[in-house]
Amino acid sequence: MANSATQPSRTKDLEKLFHRPGPLVAATFEASSEMINDLKEYVKVLVVGAGGLGCELLKDLALSGFSNLDVIDMDRIEVTNLNRQFLFRVEDVGKPKAEVAAKRVMERISGVNITPHFCRIEDKPMEFYSDFSIIVLGLDSIEARSFINSVACGFLEYDSDDNPVPETVKPLVDGGTEGFKGHARVILPGITPCFECTIWLFPPQVKFPLCTLAETPRTAAHCIEYAHLIKWDEVHSGKSFDPDDPDHMQWVYTEAVKRAELFGIPGVTYSLTQGVVKNIIPAIASTNAIISAACALETMKIITGCSKTLSNYLTYNGVEGLHTKVTDFVRDKECPVCGPGVLIELDTSVTLRKFIDSLKDHPNLLLTRVSVRHRGTNLYMQAPPILEEQTRPFLDQPLFELMGKTRKDIVSVTGMAGKADNKQSCSRKLRIVFKGADGVADMDTAGGA
Amino acid sequence: MAEPKTKYDRQLRIWGEQGQAALEKASICLLNCGPTGSETLKNLVLGGVGSITVVDGCKVEVSDLGNNYFVDESCVGQSKAKCVCTFLQELNDAVKAKFIEESPEALIETNPSFFSEFTLVVATQLVEDTMVKLDRICRDANVMLVFARSYGLTGLVRNSVKEHTVIESKPDHFLDDLRLNNPWPQLRSFAETIDLDTSDPVVHKHTPYVIILVKLAEEWAKSHSGSLPSSRDEKKQFKVEDVELIKARMVAMDEDNYKEAMEASFKLFAPRGISSEVQKIINDSCAEVDSGSSDFWVIVAALKEFIANEGEGEAPLEGSIPDMTSSTELYVNLQKIYQAKAEADFLAVERRVRDILKRIGRDPYSITKANIKSVCKNARKLRVCRYRSIEDEFSTPVQAELQKCLTDEEYSYATGFYILLRAVDRFAANYNSFPGQFDSGMDEDISRLKSIAVSLLGDVGCNGSSLIDDLISEMCRYGAAELHAVAALIGGIASQEVIKLITRQFVPMRGTFILNGIDHKSQLLLL
Ligand SMILES: [Zn+2]
Repeated sequence: MANSATQPSRTKDLEKLFHRPGPLVAATFEASSEMINDLKEYVKVLVVGAGGLGCELLKDLALSGFSNLDVIDMDRIEVTNLNRQFLFRVEDVGKPKAEVAAKRVMERISGVNITPHFCRIEDKPMEFYSDFSIIVLGLDSIEARSFINSVACGFLEYDSDDNPVPETVKPLVDGGTEGFKGHARVILPGITPCFECTIWLFPPQVKFPLCTLAETPRTAAHCIEYAHLIKWDEVHSGKSFDPDDPDHMQWVYTEAVKRAELFGIPGVTYSLTQGVVKNIIPAIASTNAIISAACALETMKIITGCSKTLSNYLTYNGVEGLHTKVTDFVRDKECPVCGPGVLIELDTSVTLRKFIDSLKDHPNLLLTRVSVRHRGTNLYMQAPPILEEQTRPFLDQPLFELMGKTRKDIVSVTGMAGKADNKQSCSRKLRIVFKGADGVADMDTAGGA
Repeated sequence: MAEPKTKYDRQLRIWGEQGQAALEKASICLLNCGPTGSETLKNLVLGGVGSITVVDGCKVEVSDLGNNYFVDESCVGQSKAKCVCTFLQELNDAVKAKFIEESPEALIETNPSFFSEFTLVVATQLVEDTMVKLDRICRDANVMLVFARSYGLTGLVRNSVKEHTVIESKPDHFLDDLRLNNPWPQLRSFAETIDLDTSDPVVHKHTPYVIILVKLAEEWAKSHSGSLPSSRDEKKQFKVEDVELIKARMVAMDEDNYKEAMEASFKLFAPRGISSEVQKIINDSCAEVDSGSSDFWVIVAALKEFIANEGEGEAPLEGSIPDMTSSTELYVNLQKIYQAKAEADFLAVERRVRDILKRIGRDPYSITKANIKSVCKNARKLRVCRYRSIEDEFSTPVQAELQKCLTDEEYSYATGFYILLRAVDRFAANYNSFPGQFDSGMDEDISRLKSIAVSLLGDVGCNGSSLIDDLISEMCRYGAAELHAVAALIGGIASQEVIKLITRQFVPMRGTFILNGIDHKSQLLLL
């Protein structure tokens, strides 16, 4: 045992679990007095989000043996964060969350290094994400979860028997809360269901029909949404509504009150107006603490193997008494994100341009603004402009040749997916198989399945 | 200083101004400020509790730096209570933060009256016999108590209050109080003014489903000797016929109100009268009130009289309706009819409250209208939680429950941890250290812990049961470690329970929560 007998150790409590063998540990676990050092030397953890969950996660991970953390968040601190995002003070309002959070934790806990990234998650290249041993999510949006999920699944490779290659599995730990309720889950791409496999757990929000707002309002929320979605555009031609501008909010509130009075509908308040317009999800410190702690604990166990882990979805509900439940969800074998990849058969003559065009209409993909990579090489990149210019000449070459004339291989594509009014960035893995690899030219055959 | 209303906006949306006011009035005492304690308080300080008092007799050691966020290197050698208190204060200057450098055990022995000044005591990392003593003190002083403990990958949270009554339990899913199968005269006559067979398609598709269902139920009753279905077969038949009836009335496929009526037709079978839970509350001996009764029970006594008289077996009407497809006018009018009935019910209950207060010799206006109204609005959702004393649970746990949980494969770990958390305290009492606290003598500790656990099972009447050996070894491996992530989880749960107890909103957990930090199959044990 290192030096625990003579010198008092900072990590005395963690060492009990890391240094001692046990019967209920992961199969790969080797008790070792070098564990803390190894974590420092070899492990980098990315925390996505520096809000209610993110602040807690940084603290929890820093006190769970992790010394190298990165945190990414594009938001700035607001007054309404202060009831739970405990790393922020009144004087921090307006500063980037990621930067303040990183600074505060490093000031308190010596030996921890946290690199903040004040930007959008989509702005980072794939290489950025590949650097981390594990990614922990403290987010409140489905789109952001979906994006990180597709990135992590993008690293996954399958062997020739369609089994996931263990070294390419990038674990994700995801938490979410709403009021007294929350969830924590572990995603091992290719092994446990990914975010997309169980997307039905997050049904889209129901919106009010416009005709209700315009013709038969009944509730305060209807009056508010009328002012916000219909009246604003009628009055402010061309000027878009900014939910963070208090004058705009006040205007919507005043109009909603007028409409409510006209129809005899009670209950329009300024607070409700903000809640409806910004779709505010109530949030409290205790639930964030519970869910983040569960996520940090799972992160520690996954990386060190010092205990078995959650399999694979935990729900917490403190509304009526206390209910916790573990559900072992199963993977969707056909999942386009974490599966072996969407199979696409192409003629050897198909150019990169035709191939990219065909993805737009592929029913499982519907991808636009596509960039293509093959085995670490950029075949075509939409951005930045310099890369676009460099890769543009490839567009008119046959994909078969660009891929080194292999009959069958994986390409990764990134782009915008979904229907016209609801597009989001994503990355997808495609299994390309070339028909008639002896090369029969037929320029009329567009690729695609 | 940020405007408090804005700062607390996200939580005011959950517990409102009243809940916040209760928090701001509360004074909380924390015993032991290791990570479990400091994390519990952190969440309460952020939320804006009135005051905190941190009690701990230890000095900060180097090992505290590895699991407690509320100390840093400059604190080593200083009072832990003082350091944690200072760092907690930084989170919210609206909270009054105090500390007392004294061991909780000593305070419990020498100064039991100390605890009576607090609204609630959070007691962390206490061993069994100290828990029992503190529980007795707090019960006598009517101070709410929450125990929290983290131990390796396990831990527990346990509330202890003689009686906790909740008016605003705010359940997630609760059947709307619509009285579709039992409409009162005003609702019935309002329905009569509406013609389902109107030839105006716009009016037809804007008739709210409440009216559709009330009218169809009446039609059914007319053709079935005046009553709604009662037997199971009749109900089945009605369900089929009812949906057909509704379908037949549709004139166009896009009539959302008729679709809603089909989906809501099960609401016609909302049981009449009050639920067994409410029945239990009005039959509680506390509902026989005297001058010493709390306001809650006085209002419940009035509620009981109301149900037996004006209510004709029903609780006061809640008075709100869900949103439904409708013209604005019909919806607003319907809302008014529900509100008027709720107001009338409230006035009847209020009269009874005033009479009862007079009868028991109290000022008849000593209970506010708002309070009575709140009980009326939530009459179907009232909750009374009573907790066994720790002493009773420890000496005579509910055997059947314990036995059942020990053998339930899914939860045998959590229940095993419950036994072992008690066994390690006996171990510590016998051997002056926790099992596995030191690296030497692990094998001996395992066998000692095992024999203590076996005798403990015997003491609580579970002789036949045994614990999984792996779990005993695991418990020794933990060596009383207080891991930060586990402490933050346990502290988070404890703080959430504190908030429910202080705001008197939502329902606090009953029993003892046992964390299973291995696979998270945790368990709530009602012992
Ligand atoms: Zn998937």
